[in-house]
Amino acid sequence: MTTHSSSAAPVARSTGRPLKRAFAGRVRWWTYAFLIASVFMSAFPLYWMFVVSTNDSAAVSQMPPTVLPGGNFFALAEQVFTTVPFVQSLVNSFIVAGSIALAQMVLCTLAGFAFAKLQFRGRDPLFIVVLITMMVPTQLAVIPLYMIMSNLDWIDSLQALIVPGMASAFGIFWMRQHLASVLNNELMQAARIDGCSTWQIYWRIAFPLVRSAAFVLGLLAFVTAWNDFLWPLIVIQSPENYTVQLAIKALQRQYFVDYGLAMSGSFLATIPLLILFIFVGRKMVAGVMDGAFKG
Amino acid sequence: MVLSAPPRSTPPRSASARRLTKSAAPKPRRRIRSASRMDAFAPYMYIAPFFALFAVFGLFPTVFTFYVALFDWNPIGGQTFIGFENFVTLYGDERFWNAMRNTFSIWILSTVPQLLLALFLAQLLNNVRLKFANLFRMTMLVPYITSVVATTIVFASLFGRDYGLINSFLNLFGIESIDFAANTFASHVMVSTMVLWRWFGYNTLIYLAALQAIPKDVYEAAAIDGAGGFKQFIFVTIPSLRPVIIFTVIVSTIGGLQIFTEPLLLSSPGLTGGAGRQFQTLSLFMYEQGFGDFKFGYGSAIGVTLFALIVVFSLINYLLSRRITSDE
Repeated sequence: MTTHSSSAAPVARSTGRPLKRAFAGRVRWWTYAFLIASVFMSAFPLYWMFVVSTNDSAAVSQMPPTVLPGGNFFALAEQVFTTVPFVQSLVNSFIVAGSIALAQMVLCTLAGFAFAKLQFRGRDPLFIVVLITMMVPTQLAVIPLYMIMSNLDWIDSLQALIVPGMASAFGIFWMRQHLASVLNNELMQAARIDGCSTWQIYWRIAFPLVRSAAFVLGLLAFVTAWNDFLWPLIVIQSPENYTVQLAIKALQRQYFVDYGLAMSGSFLATIPLLILFIFVGRKMVAGVMDGAFKG
Repeated sequence: MVLSAPPRSTPPRSASARRLTKSAAPKPRRRIRSASRMDAFAPYMYIAPFFALFAVFGLFPTVFTFYVALFDWNPIGGQTFIGFENFVTLYGDERFWNAMRNTFSIWILSTVPQLLLALFLAQLLNNVRLKFANLFRMTMLVPYITSVVATTIVFASLFGRDYGLINSFLNLFGIESIDFAANTFASHVMVSTMVLWRWFGYNTLIYLAALQAIPKDVYEAAAIDGAGGFKQFIFVTIPSLRPVIIFTVIVSTIGGLQIFTEPLLLSSPGLTGGAGRQFQTLSLFMYEQGFGDFKFGYGSAIGVTLFALIVVFSLINYLLSRRITSDE
């Protein structure tokens, strides 16, 4: 598939230098061609979303359709804001995704700290239980979950979206790995000698050390919650409690007919995440590569 | 997997050290005792929130699904115990088998090309001399932050019958426009494309991380033995990636069998996945029965079946991938 290593090795041998690192070979032009194609593939649908949300429907339904942005952005955006309570839905999504992200950062770090650095009976079996729960597809239990929410009287409320997502097995696993490698036992002993309680060790020493890993976890949780659809669709009823995804759904009248409005809503709902991504994209890439194991 | 290596041996040492410092610390006795009692209890307090939340919102609903499936359960009308009747009806229901076929077709069409593409791109990215490496990695993750709802709406437009960009493109080559939503296979291709688009970059990064973890001397040894690039890929890369490949296949299976949002939005305002149910998946069928027709029992029977399928397929994947890629 790649020819780097086979070409790099003989060259290194003939010059008498030690063998080069296997994947530091010459980069062929077609490597860039394929990668640029993949960038195009990733970015084009978003660009198209932008094109449609800045044109009137005539421009995108002519033959051939325009592929350039137009000047209709504000007209469509205004229509989005008047058709559904879009601002409210953005606020709701921020509340839901923000609370989940914060809660996961705290609760998963706390549990990860216990599993990584504290001694207690049943620790290892309990950790295995945590790992097993990662494999349980809980999405299939939405009907009983709906009944629970109904009994709690939480139907059509934001806490029905927040509370079930406040802790995650993946988050615990992720934070445990980081704490285990970063927090050394000498530091913990020193803190204990100074009279720190376990809580103080967690809050003053452990958490600051893994702040950036916890931040990545928070980001992933935020993005997941922001984009969640099935559960909000089931549990939220009134438009003032819509998350932004439900607001887009409400804009989508009929399939294949006038998607300008829905596209504009989708674009407006994606902007906050795109802005976030510009600042923290590198961190997220590192997080995905580093965590590797996430469903 | 990569991360867990270094700290393995440390916890026992900390335990003994802790006991030591406890007894040696020159502090007032009462304070130590209360503090240590708190500390003995602390770990359980720290892990309790997860277990409590999981018990209430994860485990209980999952177990309860099996129970509800044994009832004719209407949220307004009440419930009657009917044993396995829901399952008997379900397995004789043509709509169920239709949804099953659709789900598997979409799952295979989205997973196989996606993982092959991810493997290929990861291989391209795995070169320290590559320029703009960060830019490539970052753009690949952009689809992942785009919601499924937004993704579906964009792709529905791109795949549009009359004015869709893809059909306009096909027309350039004299190919007739395809009504993607109306045709069973074409609609599966459309849904699979959406899934592929959202996840290929994510999987690429996972594979890339695994590729970077392969020790370079393995390749050097293979090169000295005369293995070319392709042979190295087959005999070094693939076996080394085995655990990660198994992982991504299992995750894609769990996700693929639960595809829901795309067919729902495409069949909007209905829940049937097209006029002829041509792209209704099992998850959408469950939603239609549970929250469209308010048959909670029947819907739960679908949920239980889906659950069993996911468990079985995860196991099969695991065993198969182990057999196929094992290097003897």
